[in-house]
Amino acid sequence: MTMQEFFAMGGYAFYVWTSYGLTLIVLLANIIIPVVQRRQFLRSLTLKQKRQ
Amino acid sequence: MFLIPDPVVRFFHRMASPPHFYAFTQRLMPWLVVIFLLLTAAGLYGGLYLAPADYQQGDSYRIIYIHVPSAWMSLFIYMVMAVAGGIGLVWRIKLAEIVAISSAPVGASFTFIALVTGSLWGKPMWGTWWVWDARLTSELILLFLYLGVIGLYGAIDDKRTASRAVAILALVGVVNIPIIHYSVEWWNTLHQGPTVTKMDKPSIHVSMLIPLLLMAVAFKFYYLIAMLQRARTELLLRERNAQWVKAMISESK
Repeated sequence: MTMQEFFAMGGYAFYVWTSYGLTLIVLLANIIIPVVQRRQFLRSLTLKQKRQ
Repeated sequence: MFLIPDPVVRFFHRMASPPHFYAFTQRLMPWLVVIFLLLTAAGLYGGLYLAPADYQQGDSYRIIYIHVPSAWMSLFIYMVMAVAGGIGLVWRIKLAEIVAISSAPVGASFTFIALVTGSLWGKPMWGTWWVWDARLTSELILLFLYLGVIGLYGAIDDKRTASRAVAILALVGVVNIPIIHYSVEWWNTLHQGPTVTKMDKPSIHVSMLIPLLLMAVAFKFYYLIAMLQRARTELLLRERNAQWVKAMISESK
């Protein structure tokens, strides 16, 4: 199987790769959002403690 | 507790303590990520490359490797959420409440993925993006239940009260779970019947079944990662005034 054949997915490339791409985006977002929130919150707590 | 081995009991006791949970999940995280990545790599290699095309559906069937595990996860996470919520309701264990509410966005995401990939699979195979049949409609209701849980939790300021309200909503919504599962048997529907969970003999070839099961286990690990990330954030927010959080902050300065 060539690379082109693989990516063509027998003519269903749009449906298959949209499914996988969307899944990747949703799954990544579910990790990034809580991690970023926690970092921001920890930073704000540190600043608050320094001021005290 | 005589039925449960002592180390297991001790493990759950320790996990119910916020500082221990926070530290332990941090140490656990890299292992979970490594296992998840290995399983996903193997599953995708098997599913997208090694497995042959379907004799009827061609390569479009390869959506199955995310669609079916996501749909399974949407039900599994709901049950975890309802059970954890129930435990929080009865025994007032803060970490059970946190596990319940941290599961909701991950469950909603998997439900969303199941619906959208189903739509993207239905278009070329059924000729339509959507039909109001029992399976699709009950899965859509599941998405609304998850969103209801998230919305209700956000709407109540006191998080202990919010957790109790959310647990009741989640427990009532459990009634939808068997409806989703049996919808393809109870009603005539465009959605195909079960292929894997048929007890006697799964009607799927082993070269397709193995990557499907690998992806299903991989998504379980993903759920643990994503849920624990949310849980750690939620725990910090709730425990901001606790001594262990203050101590941790002053140590990291």
